[in-house]
Amino acid sequence: MILKPVIGLEVHVELKTKSKMYCGCTTEFGGAANSHVCPVCMGLPGSLPRLNKEALKFAIKAGIALNCEINKDSRLDRKNYFYPDNPKNYQITQDEFPICHDGYIDIELEEGKFKRIRIERIHIEEDAGKLIHGEKSSFVDFNRAGVPLIEVVSAPDIASPEEATKYLQKLKSILESIGISDVKMEQGSLRCDGNISVKEESSDILGVRSEIKNVNSFKTLEKAIKYEISRQTEAINRGEKLFVETRRWDDENNKTVILRNKENANDYRYFPEGDSVRILVDDDFIEEIRKEIPELPFERIARFEEEYKLSKYDASVLNLSKGMADFFEKSVEVSKDSKAVANWLMGDISRLLNETYTDINDIKFTPKDLGELVKLINGKEISNAIGKIVIEDMFNTGKSPIDIIKEKGLIQNNNEDEILEVVNKILDNNESSIIDFKNGKDRVLGFIVGLVMKETKGKANPQMVNKIVKEEILKR
Amino acid sequence: MDITNLKGYEIAKKIKDKEIKAIEVTEAFLERTKKIDNVLGGYLNIYEENAREEAKKIDAKNEKNEDIGILGGVPIAIKDNIAVKDMKMTCASKILENYVSPYDATSTTLLKNSGAIIIGKCNMDEFAMGSSNENSAFKLAKNPYDIDSVPGGSSGGSAVVVSSRQVPISLGSDTGGSVRQPAAYTGTYGLKPTYGAVSRYGLTSFGSTLDQIGIFSRDIKDMAMTFNAISKYDKHDFTSKNKKNEDYLLNIDNSIKGKKIGVPVEYFGEGLDSETRKAIENSIEILKSLGAEICECSLSLSKYALATYYILSSAEASSNLARFDGIRYGYRDLSEDNIKDLYTSSRMNGFGDEVKRRIMLGTYVLSKGYYDEYYKKGLKVRRLIRDEFLKKFEEFDLILSPTTPKSAFKIGAKAGDVLSMYLEDIYTVPVNIAGIPAISIPCGFSNGKPVGLQLMSNFFNESLLFNAANEFDKIYKFNEKSSELYGGEFL
Repeated sequence: MILKPVIGLEVHVELKTKSKMYCGCTTEFGGAANSHVCPVCMGLPGSLPRLNKEALKFAIKAGIALNCEINKDSRLDRKNYFYPDNPKNYQITQDEFPICHDGYIDIELEEGKFKRIRIERIHIEEDAGKLIHGEKSSFVDFNRAGVPLIEVVSAPDIASPEEATKYLQKLKSILESIGISDVKMEQGSLRCDGNISVKEESSDILGVRSEIKNVNSFKTLEKAIKYEISRQTEAINRGEKLFVETRRWDDENNKTVILRNKENANDYRYFPEGDSVRILVDDDFIEEIRKEIPELPFERIARFEEEYKLSKYDASVLNLSKGMADFFEKSVEVSKDSKAVANWLMGDISRLLNETYTDINDIKFTPKDLGELVKLINGKEISNAIGKIVIEDMFNTGKSPIDIIKEKGLIQNNNEDEILEVVNKILDNNESSIIDFKNGKDRVLGFIVGLVMKETKGKANPQMVNKIVKEEILKR
Repeated sequence: MDITNLKGYEIAKKIKDKEIKAIEVTEAFLERTKKIDNVLGGYLNIYEENAREEAKKIDAKNEKNEDIGILGGVPIAIKDNIAVKDMKMTCASKILENYVSPYDATSTTLLKNSGAIIIGKCNMDEFAMGSSNENSAFKLAKNPYDIDSVPGGSSGGSAVVVSSRQVPISLGSDTGGSVRQPAAYTGTYGLKPTYGAVSRYGLTSFGSTLDQIGIFSRDIKDMAMTFNAISKYDKHDFTSKNKKNEDYLLNIDNSIKGKKIGVPVEYFGEGLDSETRKAIENSIEILKSLGAEICECSLSLSKYALATYYILSSAEASSNLARFDGIRYGYRDLSEDNIKDLYTSSRMNGFGDEVKRRIMLGTYVLSKGYYDEYYKKGLKVRRLIRDEFLKKFEEFDLILSPTTPKSAFKIGAKAGDVLSMYLEDIYTVPVNIAGIPAISIPCGFSNGKPVGLQLMSNFFNESLLFNAANEFDKIYKFNEKSSELYGGEFL
């Protein structure tokens, strides 16, 4: 019996509107506990929700970007459950008639081979507050209560942990590019739950699924899915019965653990939100939003290939985040050398970002600085090797490349006489190497060039050094 | 001149004309309350000092000839489920016994902006659930016409304070008849506006799709004037209707000649007592004499309204009342140290029996497997009932019925008989289900206690209700007829 995983993802995305979903409080992150609250988001008696039009627009924007149908007549519903971070003890969400439905994302499995992952629905809802547990008592901060969310629910079309990652990456980059969310998993503005089951490959009957909560990074997503697939597969192979259950990823022990089974599952008693009329949107409203949608990542990748003559791979990597792609374009504008800028971004800069866990949007130097750096190298003001030193300094201090070069005296030496002098000095001191060269050992050239570069602290123009070393060694 | 005998609009005019001061008016009504409130129990909290301060502010403004508003200096009482900033809002429940609202309901703001003086918060059935005011967690309210009888409910206190001249006007809330039924029992006018005509922001929700803030008054012009003040579009309430402001006093003296009034046979069946029937028949004769065309009709679906009402309102209440959990405000049982027990114990001890009954019923009808059978079906029946009313309003300008089958019953008479209590609302509930406006007009007596005539009109046609009520009383003159019955020796 060959078992095949069936995976669907439910992704919660915090919208970066100025105010909350159903009241005027700010959505700003942080602030003293319970300082961003009002009667509405505290669930005081008599308070009523009012819909944030911007949040509705953002949800529709997401729907358009994810190829969804927009529901012109949608409805708010209540999801009832008691929890201290849930001020009204019900959440205002959408159940039967979500704002968007039936969309899709195409993910690229390998070069040129795409797979379509359907999106069942996108609905709007509100976030809960935060519990803070003390030693003897617990506290609730309602600053986050009522922050607008959309939930993007995929069809069970995902067949592997790798596909799940690709789906989530692409979803993230699309939502980022349309500017509706910060989509930062580590800050909780992007949260992912997975529905995972395995079924017999030849069968149409789905297996018993488990829902995995608390997936807070790409790495966790992949690990949790892998773990669930093997747990379920092994159970089936052992002839055990599986149960519908909700599980949570336990990062410490590297496994999923049960949160609740079906018997203990909440009955949310969904019913229409009586404090709201139906949400009606017309074609003009939708068209208006459609016009606001910028170039989407896949469109931008194609343009990068065409306009900047990049490989599909390079264009895709640069477009993994909007910040990176924006940085690239602004740098190229200054340097006019797309290939060099791409190499810097994908090489040293990506490495530095990864090492320091920095987001490209928080980088200290500007795209113009990177453009200038490329220009300095291309103009032979500094060598590529010096460039690597300069970029580290730019990354750490945010200084412009010119300032760094001046400060450290790193300007390239293009003076032929001076270089000639150093070359001859090095050759004088390395008689044995000259003999080796005459005996046919070509690699001696590299050795000598290296010594010259070292002597000049890397500032000598490398092309000149190469040329002069070759000329002088032949004269000996 | 006994100021408490004056009508609200007369008070407003006399203050504006500087014949009397707002502070004198407030003192006169407070004086009367001091005398009778301990017997009648209409108020849960009285804010004397605040009222005096506000009255003095009105006088100071008036002194400088500044605008004091259409209700400038008129004392008003507010049901204790409507928020008034810095005043308690208990909803007559132990769970909110010490809760003080940090904000004003929109209707409170509008009243304040119109210059009204808020005297206090009125007694009621806990969370507006009940028809006798006997479900108040704090005290009984008594009928001024017979202190052994109930004043009706749930807005019992609001009816009592108007009926007994402690204020000329009060606000109540009406989810299934909670303004009209106590109005009928206490010989006052009671209005349930169109759903969406008055903002619900600040009204503690019971049944969100049914609740409306309503008005009690002893004079129909006072009611129209108050409705002018509070019937405004409010962006804080999703369900508030964005319509043009209207002057409801404008057509109040129009002739009702030629108006077509339907009398649904279903509202005159078993259970209607003979004196009430007689009062309604007499009212019909008066309306005929005014030139109205009266015609029998049928509202065959109204018999399903009560069942529909208890499903929809309880379902919504079960969710609306979930927020009273002891976490952020209100009563908390401190003896419990885990969250589930804290919820259970706070709610068990904080809520009264009737509230718990509705929460259980509502939770049941929304639960998995029963939702379609009950709640969803209830919504379908509601649409049919509303459509039937709309169809009738193609034919008729008004629909007429008794407000209640009988006059006020004795305190304790229906204790333990839940069904008979629920049947109190049989004529009023269809109006909330349909969302249309209706008014209860004092029209006669049964057993020496007042009964009410209910007039219903099409959506947002409150204007016609005021007009018809005004023309009716010009002939009937309720106040003249009530004086001998009204009061008893202590009043």
